[in-house]
Amino acid sequence: MLQFSLTKKVLIWGVVALGFFFAMPNGFYSRVEAVNDARVQIENGNITPELMRTASNWPSFLPSSLVNLGLDLRGGAHLLARVRVDQVYEARMDDFWPEVRDALRSERATIGTIRRVDGVVDDLRVRISEPAQIARAVELVSALARPVTSLSGAGSNDIVVTSENDIIIVKLSEAEKILTDNRTMEQSLEIIRRRVDEAGTREPTIQRQGTDRVLIQVPGIGSSEELKGIIGKTAKLTFHKVISRTSKATQRVQSRQVLYPAQGENDVYYILEKTPVINGDHLTDAQPAFDQNNRPAVSFRLNTTGARIFGQYTAENIGSPFAIVLDEEVVSAPTIQSHISGGSGIITGQFGVEETTLLSIQLRAGALPAELEYLQESTVGPDLGQDSIDAGTLACLIAFIAVLVFMSLSYGLFGIFANIALIINVALIFAILSVISGTLTLPGIAGIVLTVGMAVDANVLVFERIREELKKAKNPRRAIELGYERAFSAIIDANITTLIAAVILLVFGSGPVKGFAITLGVGIITSVFTAIWVTRLLISIWIDRKRPKILEI
Amino acid sequence: MRLKLVPEGTKVDFFKLTKITFGASVFAMILSVFLFFFNGLNLGIDFLGGTTIRTDSQQSVDVSAYRAALDTLELGDVTVTEIFDITKPELNAAQIRFEAQSGEEAATVEVVSAVKLALMSIDETITFPQVESVGPEVSGELVKSAITAILTAIAAVLFYIWLRFEWQFSVGAIAALVHDIVVTIGIFSLLQIKFDLAIIAALLTIVGYSLNDTVVVFDRVRENLRKYKKMQLKDLLNMSINETLSRTVMTSLTTLIALISLFVLGGDVIHGFVFAMIWGVIIGTYSSVFVASSVLLRLGVKRDWDKLNDGKAGTQFSGIDA
Repeated sequence: MLQFSLTKKVLIWGVVALGFFFAMPNGFYSRVEAVNDARVQIENGNITPELMRTASNWPSFLPSSLVNLGLDLRGGAHLLARVRVDQVYEARMDDFWPEVRDALRSERATIGTIRRVDGVVDDLRVRISEPAQIARAVELVSALARPVTSLSGAGSNDIVVTSENDIIIVKLSEAEKILTDNRTMEQSLEIIRRRVDEAGTREPTIQRQGTDRVLIQVPGIGSSEELKGIIGKTAKLTFHKVISRTSKATQRVQSRQVLYPAQGENDVYYILEKTPVINGDHLTDAQPAFDQNNRPAVSFRLNTTGARIFGQYTAENIGSPFAIVLDEEVVSAPTIQSHISGGSGIITGQFGVEETTLLSIQLRAGALPAELEYLQESTVGPDLGQDSIDAGTLACLIAFIAVLVFMSLSYGLFGIFANIALIINVALIFAILSVISGTLTLPGIAGIVLTVGMAVDANVLVFERIREELKKAKNPRRAIELGYERAFSAIIDANITTLIAAVILLVFGSGPVKGFAITLGVGIITSVFTAIWVTRLLISIWIDRKRPKILEI
Repeated sequence: MRLKLVPEGTKVDFFKLTKITFGASVFAMILSVFLFFFNGLNLGIDFLGGTTIRTDSQQSVDVSAYRAALDTLELGDVTVTEIFDITKPELNAAQIRFEAQSGEEAATVEVVSAVKLALMSIDETITFPQVESVGPEVSGELVKSAITAILTAIAAVLFYIWLRFEWQFSVGAIAALVHDIVVTIGIFSLLQIKFDLAIIAALLTIVGYSLNDTVVVFDRVRENLRKYKKMQLKDLLNMSINETLSRTVMTSLTTLIALISLFVLGGDVIHGFVFAMIWGVIIGTYSSVFVASSVLLRLGVKRDWDKLNDGKAGTQFSGIDA
């Protein structure tokens, strides 16, 4: 047990050297961080002499991966939001309506006149005047169905058509809903990312979680409210035809009409045609601006298709009002004075300068396909984070020193071997965390402290066993060999059970708990390595050199 | 001169007071269950939903003034607690907590701003270094996943020990484990320390630590069972515990030293978390000796460990690297 082949020695020292090599950047945290930031900037084509100078502050042949600091240590904001994927079903049905209408109209002779009626949120209902012919109408609409092209949804169509007396009900099929949800989530993630990036914050984490959730973490931002402001609302911009104005919030509206409140005015509501003339998809640019009265406004430009539709609509409706609607609120409802052909315009409302800036970012990034609902949020101020780092580091150091002293007092030279292994152990933990870009959280620091305490356990098991074997008057070499041999099963069993707990925490935990599970799990693996290989190698080298007759431990 | 916490060759009879220790453990567990149902846990927003805001100020915290300022906002159940940290006597921090306001959302921007404004009106120097808000939907899931995590951990470990030892060992280890978790929940209920997601992590670490300790003792029992075929089980268990006592004390102490330094110096944010672990190490060490081994003694163990392939479950894996 105490003989190491050369390959094994090289391997062990190699792992230790690699550990220190990859852990090292963390010793120069702020410097390496600045260098990494500068390198990213340069890669993005932002080359300034100053950035070049910063980037050369750390040699490129050295590793530059760092342990990520969690939000609780660095400060920043965290949001967990649900994307209302079901809202997209409604939009899909609205888009589908013209197709259904045309299909049914083509057989007006048999099924009679048709009329769209309001239904449940995610379906499309059409009433026909000849109920006897409902089967034929269903057949016509069913013919519009397209097969779903996904692995799970193979064999099913995108819509399901049913009927109820004289009403045809069209719904998205389950397979199509899943597909739609995935698309909605992808779009939402992309748009959130664009909005957060445009606001210029660094290293945001934007991840999909589960079927309909998004996790947004932005280090360094002041508060979660600020982050919500940046992500903003859906920023769905639409232009509608105005039917009339009212002061009653409970005003009943006809089918295919909507009642939206006016922004910033009490008791003013507009009844609008539900189908918009054009929507924000046609937007190519949006910028903060001022109107002729020097009030903050947002100027926009439409693409060619949008400009054509808008031009045609304004030409046909001179003298009647139209409504500019943002997220179901009428921002303004000007009367069309003349034909607007250029496809650009200005939105004036009750805005402040800051609002127009945010709004134009949001409009440029595109509308979110659905609303966000915030389920969980947190903010940690940078000072509190720094306090936690300082306190955690101090606690770690004191714990470390105390354990080192305690081990040397208890086991003498062997204790010092164990201490060397412990130092290597901590270096290995940081190296592994850096390489896998793990995140260090406050509970994670606790995990490291706990590992420092428990890491000596394997060594303690072996040393106590060696003591026992020595009592049976074996020679030192044999006692050490037996000590390792017999303590081995206890070390393995004890550490595997703890590792099981760590893995389960990793699987079921979230946020800070995960950070703790990672450091604990990594710590267990490295501590077994250092206790079984490193300490043993040190002892083997010592015993080969000194050849002691008696062993004091 | 070596520091030796446990003298060599101890021959303590750990089962002499078995009625008292076992009785005390059972009593503590019953008391914990009683406390849990009648005193309840001081559940954090992770589990209940709601919002916590940490405040920091140049002026000293006036809890009643804070409460008065917040009462006008009609937020429902509001608690204001001052935060103490012995290493930072100049700290003027407090924690405001209120229940979830509406539906499934986390606190709205308006509510949080209203609270901030209300507090700023009584103290100009106040800052808000930490705001956390959890909607009821997420908190429900967190409870579910926490319970799943603990149960899964217990099941996985039960299986592992059954594989490596014998079912009696498995039952003994699980008894110790359940004892540790129940008593820890009891102390949290008794002291009304905030019970949040981090405490669940601490509980699972206790699971790991308690097992670590139990397994080391069991490992020695297994070894001695092979060596001393005729020895009374009680004497054999006593001998095994005595032989591993030095290691048990050493490891517990190094871990405790590390944890206590974290408790004192690590800042108030993780006090509850570290407290749970300190308590867990102490109770875990106790239970591996007094609960796990007592259960093992009661259940009895099959003695012929050398006949490895007698078809009984567990045995064929038990000799792997012993």
